[in-house]
Amino acid sequence: MAILVTPQTRVLVQGITGSFGAKHAQLSLDYGSHIVAGVTPGKGGQFFEHGSHKVPIFDTVEEAAHQTGATVSAVFVPPPFAADAILESADAGLALVVAITEGIPINDMIRVKAKIQGGKTRLIGPNCPGLVTPGEGKDSHGGCRIGIAPGYIHKKGNVGVVSRSGTLTYEAVWQLTSRGYGQSTCVGIGGDPVNGTSHLDVLQMFNEDPETEAIIMIGEIGGSAEEEAAEWAGAHCKKPIAGFIAGTTAPPGRRMGHAGAIVSGGKGTAEGKIAAMKAAGIAVAETPSVMAETLLRLWGKL
Amino acid sequence: MNIHEYQARELFQKFGVASQKGKSAFTPQEAEQAAIALGADQIVVKAQIHAGGRGKGTFKNGFKGGVHLCKTPAEVRHLAEQMLGQTLVTHQTGPEGRVVNTLLVAEAVDISRELYFAILFDRASSAPMIIASTEGGMDIEAVAEHSPEKILRITIDPLLGIQPYQTRKIAAALGLRGPLMTQASKLFTALYRTYIESDCTLVEINPLVVTPDGRLLALDAKFNFDDNALYRQPAIVAMRDIAEEDPREVAASEFNLNYIGLDGNIACLVNGAGLAMATMDIIQHSGGSPANFLDVGGGATKEQVSAAFKIILGDKAVKGIMVNIFGGIMDCNVIAHGIVDAARETGLNLPLVVRLEGNNVEAGKKTLAESGLPLLSASSMADAAAKIVAAVKAA
Repeated sequence: MAILVTPQTRVLVQGITGSFGAKHAQLSLDYGSHIVAGVTPGKGGQFFEHGSHKVPIFDTVEEAAHQTGATVSAVFVPPPFAADAILESADAGLALVVAITEGIPINDMIRVKAKIQGGKTRLIGPNCPGLVTPGEGKDSHGGCRIGIAPGYIHKKGNVGVVSRSGTLTYEAVWQLTSRGYGQSTCVGIGGDPVNGTSHLDVLQMFNEDPETEAIIMIGEIGGSAEEEAAEWAGAHCKKPIAGFIAGTTAPPGRRMGHAGAIVSGGKGTAEGKIAAMKAAGIAVAETPSVMAETLLRLWGKL
Repeated sequence: MNIHEYQARELFQKFGVASQKGKSAFTPQEAEQAAIALGADQIVVKAQIHAGGRGKGTFKNGFKGGVHLCKTPAEVRHLAEQMLGQTLVTHQTGPEGRVVNTLLVAEAVDISRELYFAILFDRASSAPMIIASTEGGMDIEAVAEHSPEKILRITIDPLLGIQPYQTRKIAAALGLRGPLMTQASKLFTALYRTYIESDCTLVEINPLVVTPDGRLLALDAKFNFDDNALYRQPAIVAMRDIAEEDPREVAASEFNLNYIGLDGNIACLVNGAGLAMATMDIIQHSGGSPANFLDVGGGATKEQVSAAFKIILGDKAVKGIMVNIFGGIMDCNVIAHGIVDAARETGLNLPLVVRLEGNNVEAGKKTLAESGLPLLSASSMADAAAKIVAAVKAA
């Protein structure tokens, strides 16, 4: 089953004609994902061509969704236009919007979040690597890849991965795949302080997903999302969880690359998050090199 | 991004936030002229640096205090001569201190009450939040800890913005009644406009004062701005003072690199913010001490890697370098060439450990091995950290 998306999911790309969106639309097509439409205002009627693929481009998300049956959007548009792009997809009634764009102003995102909250559209991101539900083929080909993660490092399997960081997610996925353990779905929820989907939301989905048997949750300093997820998991999650928190050595008051990665007023420290995770029975990896190993031990596979 | 106090006052003027009269001065002559123009009985002269603790600071020339009260324009000029161009050391600047290039010359107001008022981005509610307290002029963190009942928090609906009833509620809680309530509503509304229209993440007024003649004034302000929104805030960007920033961080930002200097001696160069933090952590876990945070981003070019090396090597405390790249999409061989070129260009003679993983990794490792450079290859993050810590200890 996986969560959020399956290999059959039909995806449209907002910003498909920009260099960033185009490159990753090509990589998703190569991976075997169903990129069925592109949206670039003013270029409706043209096509996005890649190898044997000819993806129609539309002026609006509503037209693209209506004519191609796309239910999910990947947002690659630049920061000044990204909030509007997310709202457009929500207005068109899409089930899921995955915002890859990094650098959206906070004031834009708080309005977007307030507007779509309680509606039928789920937002993942922004400033995230997207999500991957690996496929059955060689190097997990045939899966659903939305965003910028490298597809080939994945393997179809039963571990759910949720993370605020891109490359740290790839690290965990690669550790799992190298040891022969595949993934149900890998979700990058993004490094911004305002995001659409939290660790907790994803843990709840993994908990209900019959295909997911164990979970890796990766967090970093800043905010309290990891603590909230851990508290819930301690009381409700039926599946083994291993975790890692980046930023033990980060100085307070400094933003560590991600807009949301900051310890301020003594809050959002790695120590606090690690303690909350341990209290909830989550096995915390001592170093990022042993994320998979820590899970496999807890899961009884080692 | 931060701004100076005199720049904050410029924003207040633009948005109609009541404050005391004042002017910036770059020379002793300007300071004297500003004092004459104010025509006030009492004048305050304040050194303009981004760090706090100015009043209790000491200049390197021995002159005490970055904030002074005086009565005449001649006194102002005399003070300015001893402050301008001098280095002020406070508990927040570190021993190197900051050079004072600007003074704020302002009317010193009599104060009957000191209050606290701030608007900040609240992460938990994903909304702007107002924090107000009757305990102004003090450290608000301490008030929050010892007397939490004296702190009022009000979340603002981002779609509605601040509502008049909310401004009255805050005014009432602060004891601002009668004519002061009208002034308060106006001031809070103007500050909210300042916060939203300037894309702030924090506007803190401490203290917000009531004067004996019944005026409500924002006396001192601290602003933080959302870096993501600077592209649409040219007036704010123009206020940036490069001299107040770490020169290494300024150099890094010119190449779109995310660099933060730390106290250790093992530099790291990593792609991705989460992995970069985790790399610092694993260096410490292995018994070393990280010299920096450095994220070269997802699509690093040869030029960026080269610039990153130069910035790292500009830190004389650095005794070794760990490169940690998970090249998901980016070609590891491109990164390998970047490392080799940068090491050659900079005449690198420090231990260098490289851990490459991902796309085209075999070609990348071959490039490194055939370079003839004395670098060590690592098979994992843990292996890389152990190797660089050992190499630095042996050196």
